[in-house]
Amino acid sequence: MIHKTSPEVGGMGHPLRRKEDSRFIQGKGNYVDDVHLPGMVYGQMVRSPYAHARLKTVNTEKAKKLPGVLAIITGEDLAKANLAWMPTLSHDKQMVLATGKVLFQSQEVAFVIAEDRYTAADAAELVEVEYEELPVLVDPQKAMDPGAPVLREDREQKNNHIFHWEVGNRKATDDVFQKAPVKASVNAFFQRCHPAPLETCGCVADFNKATGKLTVYMTSQAPHAHRTVFALVGGIPEQNIRVISPDIGGGFGNKVPVYPGYVCAIVASLTLGVPVKWIETRSENLQSTGFARDYHMTAEIAADRDGKMQALRVKTLADHGAFNAAAQPTKFPAGLFSICTGSYDYPQAFCEVDGVYTNKAPGGIAYRCSFRVTEAAYLIERVVDVLALELKMDPAELRRKNFIPPDRFPYESSLGWTYDSGNYEAAMKLALDKIGYAELRKEQAEKRKKGELMGIGISSFTEIVGAGPAHTFDILGIKMFDSCEIRIHPTGKAITRMGTKSQGQGHETTYAQIVAQELGIPANDVTVEEGDTDTAPYGLGTYASRSTPTSGAATAIAARKIRDKAKKIAAYMLECSENDLEWEPGKFYVKGAPSKAKTIQEIAFAAYTNMPPGMEPGLEAVDYYDPPNLTFPFGTYACVVDIDKGTGEVKVRRFVAVDDCGNIINPMIVEGQIHGGLTEGLAIAFMQQIDYDESGNVQGGSFQDYLLPTAVETPHWETDKTCTPSPHHPFGAKGVGESPNVGSPAAFVNAVVDALSHLGVKHIDMPIAPWKVWNILKEKGVIS
Amino acid sequence: MAKKQLVRVKVNGRDREVEVEPRLLLIHFIREILQLTGSHIGCDTSHCGACTVLLNGKTVKSCTMFAVQADGGEIMTVEGLMKDGQLHPLQEGFKEEHGLQCGFCTPGMLMSSYALLQHNAKPSEEDVRWGISGNLCRCTGYQNIVRAVRFAANKMATAEKKPEMAEVAK
Repeated sequence: MIHKTSPEVGGMGHPLRRKEDSRFIQGKGNYVDDVHLPGMVYGQMVRSPYAHARLKTVNTEKAKKLPGVLAIITGEDLAKANLAWMPTLSHDKQMVLATGKVLFQSQEVAFVIAEDRYTAADAAELVEVEYEELPVLVDPQKAMDPGAPVLREDREQKNNHIFHWEVGNRKATDDVFQKAPVKASVNAFFQRCHPAPLETCGCVADFNKATGKLTVYMTSQAPHAHRTVFALVGGIPEQNIRVISPDIGGGFGNKVPVYPGYVCAIVASLTLGVPVKWIETRSENLQSTGFARDYHMTAEIAADRDGKMQALRVKTLADHGAFNAAAQPTKFPAGLFSICTGSYDYPQAFCEVDGVYTNKAPGGIAYRCSFRVTEAAYLIERVVDVLALELKMDPAELRRKNFIPPDRFPYESSLGWTYDSGNYEAAMKLALDKIGYAELRKEQAEKRKKGELMGIGISSFTEIVGAGPAHTFDILGIKMFDSCEIRIHPTGKAITRMGTKSQGQGHETTYAQIVAQELGIPANDVTVEEGDTDTAPYGLGTYASRSTPTSGAATAIAARKIRDKAKKIAAYMLECSENDLEWEPGKFYVKGAPSKAKTIQEIAFAAYTNMPPGMEPGLEAVDYYDPPNLTFPFGTYACVVDIDKGTGEVKVRRFVAVDDCGNIINPMIVEGQIHGGLTEGLAIAFMQQIDYDESGNVQGGSFQDYLLPTAVETPHWETDKTCTPSPHHPFGAKGVGESPNVGSPAAFVNAVVDALSHLGVKHIDMPIAPWKVWNILKEKGVIS
Repeated sequence: MAKKQLVRVKVNGRDREVEVEPRLLLIHFIREILQLTGSHIGCDTSHCGACTVLLNGKTVKSCTMFAVQADGGEIMTVEGLMKDGQLHPLQEGFKEEHGLQCGFCTPGMLMSSYALLQHNAKPSEEDVRWGISGNLCRCTGYQNIVRAVRFAANKMATAEKKPEMAEVAK
């Protein structure tokens, strides 16, 4: 049980209003495009209109003559400095500016620097590039054909195959399938999506020739990691690089990788000695920076006739585009996709993934998800529903029968993960009770008699977040720990700095609440700072719901180190032994004599003015936290949809989300995160897709055709929770930001399929646009 | 470069007079010439609404207009919401009801909500959803924005009623 502090202290569990909001509601945020430095100039990318073409010539003469143009950088220029290519986070390399050929539409070809934005854009139009078109590969299946054109001529391996990865026992799993009385399978394509945070990516690179110091203001979810990458790739001494991640207008994984624009702006600033700003347009953001998903998946379940699952077999083809720029832990080419056994107890499982190159934008980033967990959760929750249809069994009943029971935790999955804690049936029961599941089934039966289409979808997902233990998780060799430094000022106020970086998650409030909980210093007296590599302790950043599991844990541990020292000071002040002292948030008191007490503020003052003889002055601590395991948040989402037969439009009538993220720091923020994640899940299920035509032209490359839901399409979300603390986290938290995006797509799709299942529909690929449903209704003879 | 043209506007109550290129977008005029960086740019197709400001009392997406088209007009941006050091009820509402996360859409949302409350003092949930449908948010799922706007509507209604109540008390 967590001790509840007073609202004035505002420790864990209080719905504290956010400290960061004051500046945002006044228009006083400081996003990267708001950074304005004296003498600053502007960069603009020249991009390829072709998806695959030989680069014949890049002629910059006309552009250079335009008044106001300062320089133009081409791939050939970068090659001279050995910077035409840069490493990705996935054992691959990526062109910064094209040399030889281009491999996807909108690939970066040249970088124009001019005195203002408009001139830079004009000059980019004047750069003349001659291309010779090459055959285009957009279908990853065809990319695997032996005769397929080899896209990556730079590699020794002369085909388009990037990796094969497998986990589990193939033979034992195949054996179970051979004998199994019931089998169910689904081919599910998780379409290519883009996180599309409302702020695009950008930077201001500022190299000071006099001091030799490079400051880069950039939209970075991982500023420390980016500093190290710049040092290693650019050869600039790391102490001379300062990355500042200012306010970030949403990240969702999009701002984890290093993009060519950042590198070009840095090169331009190093060359010109003035600050260079580069800000993407929305179209550039959607067409060239980290996409997500693009997984062609097959899942099969072997089961008993009574519905007991025996084995799971998963085969996936992963389209990584032109370069393998997936942002994930180095040892995991398919991320944490092997969480695909989900919430169920499978005696056997086998999962394999093949990655391929195509003529599409590079990436494979974790879009509001912990490295391919969304794909995994969607797949398992989809195929379980297909099995339920096969068995003619209620999907809730089938889930209940196969959940990992609460007494089996910590649970070893057949694909190698140790789930920390869970109580899946309790979450499902709450969701189903809340939505009125039994009554809805009755209503559905009535409606079917009348020819009306209504469906109920369930998704009982399990997440795997908080990467991660150093023995398993690293990015380019850097272990995935994270950090917190706390300094208590003489007057008892504090500043804390972290290796993570908020992009809207409310870190300035929640971390302060952890300090308030652990030390009793009011959260409003605690300043939280992130994103400046010159001041914050090293860490790997914010993505994969890892801030609370890692830096949050580090905050608690650092606070406890401070409390240990405070105890010594208190004993000195109260002239007693440390053993005689008791702690309650905010003060130490003498056992049995509560009036003999010293508050944390008094102790802090003493740490600078009256410390015990021989004790080091000051009151501060730092902690680098290496979590012993990942955390496994879970929940059940239940969704009711009605389908308009005339238009094929799906209306979400109700959506109940029950989440279990362990102990909660700020319930208001948690609820807000869930609303947002559900809305992105809705967008993925019904609207968002980056597609390509046969020539490799991107479809969905602007907000014109990459559809995001407005307030009108978004339903009213109903949320609730169960609480199963993580046994290994210092305060039992698990992380929550991504659960709703991971768990909800399957709930929507299951609901739509459920509405149509009596017509023989077993699966529909996302995004479920009205025309898809309308075509099905026509095909099944429901409408003429 | 085309000949510069004079633009005279009143922005948040202050008269401004600047010579600009005719092709300069109103959003760049506001952000870069006037240095009011509260209004943002989130897209290039006029879908996102992050650049929403009021021009002569009506919402406009300032990325879709030239600065010269605003000549002679009155502009209000998010920076003009606070009066006498007091937050506008909408600003309070967004903070109180957790109507923002990353904050990037917030200035545009505030301006659209402001315009909505000008002609509909008691909006229903449905009214608010339509009222902000020209503004995209990727973080909040809109639900708490709806609450925030209705919080402001209630607060403004109460504030208007107060003097009457005082009359009754007399």
